Amino acid sequence: MTVAAFAFYLFAIVAVASGIFVVTARNPVHSVLWLILAFLSAAGLFVLMGAEFVAMLLIIVYVGAVAVLFLFVVMMLDVDFAELKAEMVKYMPIGLLIGLILLGEFVSVFAVWQSAGGAEGLRAAVTPDAAQVQNTRALGMILYDKYVYLFMLSALVLLVAMIGAIVLTMRHRKDVKRQNVLAQMWRDPAKAMELKDVKPGQGL
Amino acid sequence: MNPGDFSTVLPEALLALYAMAALMFGVYTGKDRSAPLILWATAVVFVGLALWIGTMSGSRTAFGGMYIDDAFARFAKGTVLLSAAAVLVIGQDYMSRRGLLRFEYPVLVALAVVGMMVMVSAGDLMSLYMGLELQSLALYVVASLRRDSAKSAEAGLKYFVLGALSSGLLLYGASLTYGFAGTTLFSGIVTTVKAGEMPVGLLFGLVFLLSGLAFKVSAVPFHMWTPDVYEGSPTPVTAFFATAPKVAAMALIARLAEGAFGTAPGDWGQILALLSVASMFVGAVAAIGQTDIKRLMAYSSISHMGFALMGLAAGTAGGVQAMLIYMVIYVTMNVGTFAFILSMEKGGQPVTDIASLRMYSRREPLKALALLVLMFSLAGVPPMVGFFGKFYVLMAAVNAGMSWLAILGVIASVIGAFYYLRIVYFMYFGEDREGIDAGTLRPVGWIALMGSAAVMVVGIVNLFGVEALAQAAAGALVH
Repeated sequence: MTVAAFAFYLFAIVAVASGIFVVTARNPVHSVLWLILAFLSAAGLFVLMGAEFVAMLLIIVYVGAVAVLFLFVVMMLDVDFAELKAEMVKYMPIGLLIGLILLGEFVSVFAVWQSAGGAEGLRAAVTPDAAQVQNTRALGMILYDKYVYLFMLSALVLLVAMIGAIVLTMRHRKDVKRQNVLAQMWRDPAKAMELKDVKPGQGL
Repeated sequence: MNPGDFSTVLPEALLALYAMAALMFGVYTGKDRSAPLILWATAVVFVGLALWIGTMSGSRTAFGGMYIDDAFARFAKGTVLLSAAAVLVIGQDYMSRRGLLRFEYPVLVALAVVGMMVMVSAGDLMSLYMGLELQSLALYVVASLRRDSAKSAEAGLKYFVLGALSSGLLLYGASLTYGFAGTTLFSGIVTTVKAGEMPVGLLFGLVFLLSGLAFKVSAVPFHMWTPDVYEGSPTPVTAFFATAPKVAAMALIARLAEGAFGTAPGDWGQILALLSVASMFVGAVAAIGQTDIKRLMAYSSISHMGFALMGLAAGTAGGVQAMLIYMVIYVTMNVGTFAFILSMEKGGQPVTDIASLRMYSRREPLKALALLVLMFSLAGVPPMVGFFGKFYVLMAAVNAGMSWLAILGVIASVIGAFYYLRIVYFMYFGEDREGIDAGTLRPVGWIALMGSAAVMVVGIVNLFGVEALAQAAAGALVH
């Protein structure tokens, strides 16, 4: 067994195992930690495939930002996970039944699966040759040039998500003091303080 | 990509830029005080874009075929834009008076309309999905716009969860289709389907894609969310749900079926026929027991979608034409009906109970007459325009050799006539009771209601030329 094959099996087994622990762990914080391990092993698999840029992105964005955000959310929200799990157990039999039927159907499809004649070539035609072009450049050529239309549309989708989050959650409270930047900037320091000569025995 | 591509997508790009500019304007000026201004400006932009798109001609593609601009896309865009503009302005007064008119509402509607325009112009499974998601996400937000109402929040959440599920189905179907064909372009997929033989992998992809899209047009058995979402959302939003998104999703189904699977019409035709029959009957039967007019309109729209799907199931150019005509008529009727529903109130509070319409004709004879015309038209009673909509789809089904489908359609339409006529019965013959207040219809609503009713009567002359436009649109799609 070569080093690459050994690394592949190591990362693959760790990824699948930690994926199972994500859903079965009792403590939600542990779930998130298992999720981080799953991301890391997936990043390892990407490196093995020669997609080192995506691997680094996975670590920086998913482990560095998303998983840490999850961790915060899980710790700050008061969600009773035990209760949710109890609900899940209630619907487990019917869910399993439907899942098994679906699985059987898919097995029967994939048993006779056969792609169209030129599918393999068409699939490869979209991406530049990995031997000629660097990872980042290839990604850029696809994302910002070939699929720029989709890229911009996804930007609009994110904008809608942001507007939606603000519309549905922000309430403008009137009973709190707010910072007025202009008033702060335009205030005259010379007039900020005034010395009063208070005579003994008299008030102001 | 080449620079010319951007001029092809200019209508969408301009609307997206307008939405962002309006958002900035709202944030940095009067916030919700400037909402009516933004709302009216949005409606004007919609109408302007519709007129501009109407002057275009020819057929172009952009971004390597991901975007198609042809007569079909332009017809659907015109309908979407005009109906969205109409629904925005008839709901303005209702939202203002109940403190619901936030400046984000017209902005979100504008972004949803961008999504719909992308949907009807989609030439690729990826642009189809992006358009659909842009539209749906904006709709989830406006459904729960009334934050302090549990029902509105429930509507938004239900719509979101079930919508996410349907997106999952759609994406799974798209991935199977891609796995088989090796491309996501409709023009590429269609070359892999040979007439008469449908590979099992592609068939699975097709079924999943159609299931995901059937959810968006609320076709049975993917309709469960419709009554709850229609009931819980603020009424102007319900009116929006019942019009523009339905047109866009229906056009998308036509685009996908004819564009990507056009060589095997029998395979998707039978799926659509099943959806059509189920929708027509469930919509007609389930509406009978409803007492809330918004829930009733939900079932009515399910049933109407069944009829529109019948046109598509025929799989011919005539069928697509019939579907387009049906959708235009359906949208016009719904704008008028919702203009009336928006005005139903008692002592300043909105009322949605059908029984509150008892003997309405005695208090407001003209409005009652207009609603009577609209109800007859929705039911498909000749000689109203609604009858011609049904006539076209039934003819398309018969011409395609699906007489059984047409006969079932007639039966469902007779069942469905019952609940429309019940509203008319309440207005004219019911026992006299304290009902909704008179004189609550604002000028804009009055124009929409009377205009829509007048169209239903006058339109029988030549359908205002929609027939020829729809024929050109269908001709561009079906080769």
